[in-house]
Amino acid sequence: MINIHEVIETNKMIEQENLDVRTITLGINLLDCAGSDLSEVNQRIYNKITTVAKNLVAAGNKIQREFGIPIVNKRIAVTPISVIGASCCKTIEDYVTIAETLDRAAHEVGVNFIGGYSALVNKAMTASDELLIRSVPKALSRTNRVCSSVNVGSTKTGIDMNAVKLLGEIILETAELTKEHDSIGCAKLVVFCNAPDDNPFMAGAFHGITEGDAVINVGVSGPGVVKKALESVRGADFETLCETIKRTAFKITRVGQLVALQASKLLNIPFGIVDLSLAPTPAVGDSVAEILEEIGLEYAGAPGTTAALALLNDQVKKGGVMASSFVGGLSGAFIPVSEDQGMINAVEVGALSIEKLEAMTCVCSVGLDMIAVPGDTKASTISGIIADEMAIGMINQKTTAVRIIPVIGKSVGDRVEFGGLLGHAPIMRVNEFSCEKFINRGGRIPAPIHSFKN
Amino acid sequence: MKKTVITVVGKDKVGIIAKICTYLANNSINILDISQTIIQDFFNMMMIVDTSKAPKTFDEIAEELDQIGSEIGVVIKAQREEIFNKMHRI
Repeated sequence: MINIHEVIETNKMIEQENLDVRTITLGINLLDCAGSDLSEVNQRIYNKITTVAKNLVAAGNKIQREFGIPIVNKRIAVTPISVIGASCCKTIEDYVTIAETLDRAAHEVGVNFIGGYSALVNKAMTASDELLIRSVPKALSRTNRVCSSVNVGSTKTGIDMNAVKLLGEIILETAELTKEHDSIGCAKLVVFCNAPDDNPFMAGAFHGITEGDAVINVGVSGPGVVKKALESVRGADFETLCETIKRTAFKITRVGQLVALQASKLLNIPFGIVDLSLAPTPAVGDSVAEILEEIGLEYAGAPGTTAALALLNDQVKKGGVMASSFVGGLSGAFIPVSEDQGMINAVEVGALSIEKLEAMTCVCSVGLDMIAVPGDTKASTISGIIADEMAIGMINQKTTAVRIIPVIGKSVGDRVEFGGLLGHAPIMRVNEFSCEKFINRGGRIPAPIHSFKN
Repeated sequence: MKKTVITVVGKDKVGIIAKICTYLANNSINILDISQTIIQDFFNMMMIVDTSKAPKTFDEIAEELDQIGSEIGVVIKAQREEIFNKMHRI
């Protein structure tokens, strides 16, 4: 039987070290809502989401009460809307009506974000994909809960550089349309390479078209727990360090698996995956950068950071994979700047630059995330940053992403406040040398040689 | 059997266990295991109980225990046992 020390250890993780389940994300297939009449499609989408997700929030709250573990977010991911809207959306405004429908449905069922205002254009854009991408600035400026993502490349297909070019312009336009709120629209837009179909984390969650009708995916978190565990092995060698991370990741993930199975049972919806992630929040003691510091760096960004992050990411996976029957999503350490107090500090003291962050994304689960840059950054420069990150994903057969926020009216030295889980951030310096001729070439970058495995 | 873990944390004083046990007995909740320890001057107690014969729902029991806790100045939490089993047993 469980003993008092084990009970105290678990409750200490929850009460003092910010262990929580970051999100229960309900994936909903909307393929059966498609049609040629826009208002009918909107009605079907609304009805389906509000029916399938009716009990999501209540189920999350019940699990939270019974197990005593906070379930921070309840969210929804839907089939990429460019597929659903292809036969009924003829204009940008048509697409925006679907975004507004998603927003209303999310509000009705009480979730704080709904993801899937997305297009998958790994190889090329259809007319419908392009229309959806062009509608993103309006869609994000007129809604509160809708999140958008665009997959512009994969190891199998290469990178669609036309989409990369377009997205540089779209990100700037989104920033402009939401400039009254520090360009917050861009915090809800992610550009991916190798996007997973089952990612439960926002803003990049969507319900892949290879998924079933509805699925429960869970994202756990607990950087504070790992940090605390590492405090007890200060100065020990790498073997001890890695074992400690692995054991802690196992415990954290087991909670995620339990919550996922309970949610699946309560909602009568199949369990998909647990995403084994260390996802920070702006709260002190809930930071991935603080783990890197505990490993032995003065600040995140110091020499050694990439190696420290690589071992952290790998041990989290090794510990987590045995704790869950299905793992998926992004799985690894997240390194968003504005959502992690340790990262913010590192940028403010000058330890961390975009270039170092780019190197770090080669060895962890995501990419350049929640980075605020000057509002006068050129569209082609943003496209260049995206292209670099996509190339890392394509060549290394991993997911990479860019969520960058050119904050209109602000420049290096200023700060920006997004509020809530999105946090606050210093504006980071961007390399201003031009890449315009490179971006303007058009076309696509071919898939790498190691994609031909058949 | 529906096992629930009840934890009590707070400053030690006379009658904490008596008060909680009376509540449990009145609600047909059977105590399976009980242990206590002092950590950094704080009284820590854990009980594993079986709530399968209790007429009340989990939420009602948790809320009433929380209420008793506030009356006697300690924090009482009820959690389903699975979270601890999952985390500490393979």
